[in-house]
Amino acid sequence: MSPVVKLLAQRIALGLLLLFLVSILIFVGTIILPGDVAQSILGQSATPEALANLRRDLGLNEPAVTRYFAWLFGVLQGDLGTALTSGQDIATQIGARLGNTLFLAFWAAVISVPLAIFLGLLAVRYRDRWPDKLISGVTLASISVPEFVIAYVMIFFVAVKLRWGVSVATINDSMTLGEKLYAIALPVAVLTLVVLAHMMRMTRAAILNVMQSAYIETAELKGLTLFTIIRRHAFPNSIAPIVNVVMLNLAYLVVGVVVIEVVFVYPGMGQYLVDHVSKRDVPVVQACGLIFAAVYIGLNLVADVVSILTNPRLRHPK
Amino acid sequence: MRIPLAALIGLFFTALFFLTAIFAPWIAPYGMAEVVSRDIWAPSSAEFLLGTDNLGRDLLSRMIYGGRTTIFIATAATILSFTTGSVLGFLAAVVGGWVDQLLSRFVDLLMSIPSLIFALVVLSVMPVTLPVLIVVMGLLDSTRVYRLARAVAVDINVMDYVEAAKLRGEGRGWIIFREILPNALSPLVAEMGLRFIFMVLFVSTLSFLGLGVQPPMADWGGLVKENADGIVYGIGAALYPAIAIATLAISVNLVADWVLNRTTSLKGGRGG
Amino acid sequence: MADTLLEIRDLRIEATVYPPGERPQDIVIVDGVSLALEKGRVLGLIGESGAGKSTIGLSAMSYGRGGVRLTGGEILLNGREIRKARGAALRDLRGHEVTYVAQSAAAAFNPSKRLMEQVIETSLWHGICGRAEAEARAVTLFAKLGLPDPETFGHRYPHQVSGGQLQRAMTAMALCPKPDLVVFDEPTTALDVTTQIDVLAAIKEAIRDTGVAALYITHDLAVVAQVSDDIMVLKDGKTVEYGPVDQIINHPREDYTRALVSVRSMDHPEKAEEVEPVLTVDHVTARYRGTHFDVLKDVTVSLQPGHTLAVVGESGSGKSTLARAITGLLPPTKGAVHFAGRTLAPALSQRSKDDLRELQMIYQMADVAMNPRQTVGTIVGRPLEFYFGLRGEEKRKRVQELLDQIEMGEGYIDRYPAELSGGQKQRVCIARALAAEPKLIICDEVTSALDPLVADGILKLLLNLQEQKNVAYLFITHDIATVRAIADSIAVMYRGEVVRYGPKASVLSPPFDDYTDLLLSSVPEMRIGWLEEVIAHRKMESAGH
Repeated sequence: MSPVVKLLAQRIALGLLLLFLVSILIFVGTIILPGDVAQSILGQSATPEALANLRRDLGLNEPAVTRYFAWLFGVLQGDLGTALTSGQDIATQIGARLGNTLFLAFWAAVISVPLAIFLGLLAVRYRDRWPDKLISGVTLASISVPEFVIAYVMIFFVAVKLRWGVSVATINDSMTLGEKLYAIALPVAVLTLVVLAHMMRMTRAAILNVMQSAYIETAELKGLTLFTIIRRHAFPNSIAPIVNVVMLNLAYLVVGVVVIEVVFVYPGMGQYLVDHVSKRDVPVVQACGLIFAAVYIGLNLVADVVSILTNPRLRHPK
Repeated sequence: MRIPLAALIGLFFTALFFLTAIFAPWIAPYGMAEVVSRDIWAPSSAEFLLGTDNLGRDLLSRMIYGGRTTIFIATAATILSFTTGSVLGFLAAVVGGWVDQLLSRFVDLLMSIPSLIFALVVLSVMPVTLPVLIVVMGLLDSTRVYRLARAVAVDINVMDYVEAAKLRGEGRGWIIFREILPNALSPLVAEMGLRFIFMVLFVSTLSFLGLGVQPPMADWGGLVKENADGIVYGIGAALYPAIAIATLAISVNLVADWVLNRTTSLKGGRGG
Repeated sequence: MADTLLEIRDLRIEATVYPPGERPQDIVIVDGVSLALEKGRVLGLIGESGAGKSTIGLSAMSYGRGGVRLTGGEILLNGREIRKARGAALRDLRGHEVTYVAQSAAAAFNPSKRLMEQVIETSLWHGICGRAEAEARAVTLFAKLGLPDPETFGHRYPHQVSGGQLQRAMTAMALCPKPDLVVFDEPTTALDVTTQIDVLAAIKEAIRDTGVAALYITHDLAVVAQVSDDIMVLKDGKTVEYGPVDQIINHPREDYTRALVSVRSMDHPEKAEEVEPVLTVDHVTARYRGTHFDVLKDVTVSLQPGHTLAVVGESGSGKSTLARAITGLLPPTKGAVHFAGRTLAPALSQRSKDDLRELQMIYQMADVAMNPRQTVGTIVGRPLEFYFGLRGEEKRKRVQELLDQIEMGEGYIDRYPAELSGGQKQRVCIARALAAEPKLIICDEVTSALDPLVADGILKLLLNLQEQKNVAYLFITHDIATVRAIADSIAVMYRGEVVRYGPKASVLSPPFDDYTDLLLSSVPEMRIGWLEEVIAHRKMESAGH
């Protein structure tokens, strides 16, 4: 078996193992606590019978390991459990919302990735001159500010004062694509800004790293034009680091999306999760946590896979 | 010592916020949860410099106390994160072997979940009190400090001067405290500033989502949440705490950048 | 006079440096250098680090690396002024009339492109010939340079070939577009001595066959004497001496040149007393935990008190590993180390303080051998504190004495390592070792990272100290010239084994085993025509290297 295939198989297996361990971690995270779930849900004034009933309903009397595997098997079959607070099937609820979240994240990614690469190139081209410093300054400010702050500032000045976009981004299936895009314009703008800031700093660093390699000097000493040098020598060696950067930063989307959905009251998974955390609806929290973690692990996995596939030492061993 | 303008601005605001936080009870004109007016979201006036909030409380006082809470939690969590991460990181680097493997694999696992998500999961079952918040935030973030401390310690551990000390017969204590630590300090200190910023953002976000500091206690994230409804009506009350968070974070960032630049350009020697 | 290919008049090169915490400063790297190079001749540029030789070499292509600016003088290539050239004029000459061979070929090749692609790139770019012709030319060059399987060599990627092969591939890349001038920038410095000889021979033959002119940059006078017609000696950006190779080597006029020519020629008659050895390595075999092969195989050597045993070998020979076994960092799996009349415990942790005190070590890179956050006083004083319990004023006085012995004065006690020069740093490391009053000091390539003249100073110091204190040295090195200069006995190591061992005179006299023969004959001698003799005498290995 070629080393690439072997390495890929190992990496994917590792990803799956990680996901499995993370599921345990999430499960454990919800059962270790002083006091118990039933108490927290029903409050201090609950009667002992009510508590006992709830504990039985929740299956809290089973040993933890049994509960874990029951949950896990359910998940593997697509059954994410039932919400405590509403009694609805979680999988169906998440289905629609996941679509919405992905819609939002997709547009943010599609705008921020090319922009981050472009700005990174720009910053390297004019290194240490004013375009670079300006971009650095703005991104520094962006990453120092929490997403909801940016969101509210934007809402205040853009939606309310200028009356562009909406401050509550409700979408439903009856809307056209155009209407949907208008509704999510502002949330996408905020998300893009957040992700862009992190990503751009790293693309700049990655591109700079490649441009400072010795083989770029060799190309220059061969008399090639700058454009040819970038196209023929810099670019092929930048793909891996840039994809790596992009994947790692899309992970910021996972977190950003949660906050943005709350600010804009957008019917996605982030909103769903946060609502149910305050209601202490453990099954929902576990399910959402698992899905978010899976996406995060998946993105990191893709980053690693691309690194492996583009490494000439692995593709052409000695 | 010439301090660049950016760092000066950063220092000024950082000092301002910290001092206000420490002396809050003496500076704030009104009590933290004191309802002082029947007018909700009144505009700023001589009596209430920033106006009132969604329940008729003085916004300025709530901001001052809010700063206190935010900074207190962020500082405590940073200290926890830092000590845990550094100690374990150094330990893993110096002892090596299965200790290193075990710790590092566990940290890798923890870092496979975004901090916010994991915090939400845990907070869904824990009572949300200040100590719980500090511990959860601190321990989650210690993973990043662990990675950095371990990497720094490993880099230093392979230097010839550490080997020279080992060959001399120096004990572990000397090696850690006199050889490794002084050289690990500057990257770690710079990192401390960044962790603090992250904690401020983290606690503000949690409070904003309703899962951090609980009312009536004030913290800036919570203040934004409380006054957020006014935004739609063009009332900017929520913007004050929002801008405060941003200012604090940017200021500390500027100071941390300056410290990082100053100490990495000197290879040991003066001021190191 | 034949056509002058390259003429440089009064060249001035500057750069801006940014010392931390201060305003940027402009410094002059090259000041008023002039030279003339005719077609088909080779000019060697020699000097220590910082002399400006690479900078001058690159200026022949009107290039300044990393913000270096060509600010004054004239550079005439084939009669055209190129110092002020810009844009297309500049690109036309680069890779076409002038080509460049870098010091580290491994870094200079694009890791994701095949070698053939890169070797013919300039020929295609400048429209010199078509692809088929360029590839044919490349294959011819590969063969001429002694590369294995010349027909298919170009299909490989850079990481699939060895360092020596890459260096030759880079030479092929430079010769392929039939340039007028090739700039060789320390092409063999990073290679093992036995590899270096092959690459050097290949380059010399290629230059002769293609009739190309060359600037050959190096810090090793013996190497440059083999390939050049003329030599320019540089120091601190200025010309010290400039003339035909015969004159420079055999009749140097300037003191500096004389010093360079006579490097490592110190006189050290072999000592012969026979007493109880201070160190005996007794059939030591060792391997790293978790690996399946021995890095040291049945090594037996011994060292008399006050004598120097030189352990010579190339990379991978096991010489540094031997030091680790002796100091206890790598406990042997078989055999033992006897020291000063007792047997040392195999592992470091089991040894007594006296064991540790009497056996000291000095490292190759003085930069990382000292804690950057400790002052010279602390560094040298710690062994005094740790082994002898000296404190306060008493300790300071002793530190002062030690600094005097290493020929550094009072003012250095409170300085930090970053403030010292390379030679000074190594001297402080020597003082630190001496502070423990050891019986044996292991010197692990202690002069390898230093400029030749500075290294000479360190060697002389070490010899003096040996006379005064009767301390023994285990001197690990890859440099034969150093070995000739300072050893009393020699052990030659190859792949973990000692292949030859004994007193200096007998080790260095024939008959030799194969490896020692190869090693000794690969060391460039400061003698014109030596390389031709070796090429004629030896079959060039076309595989390996």
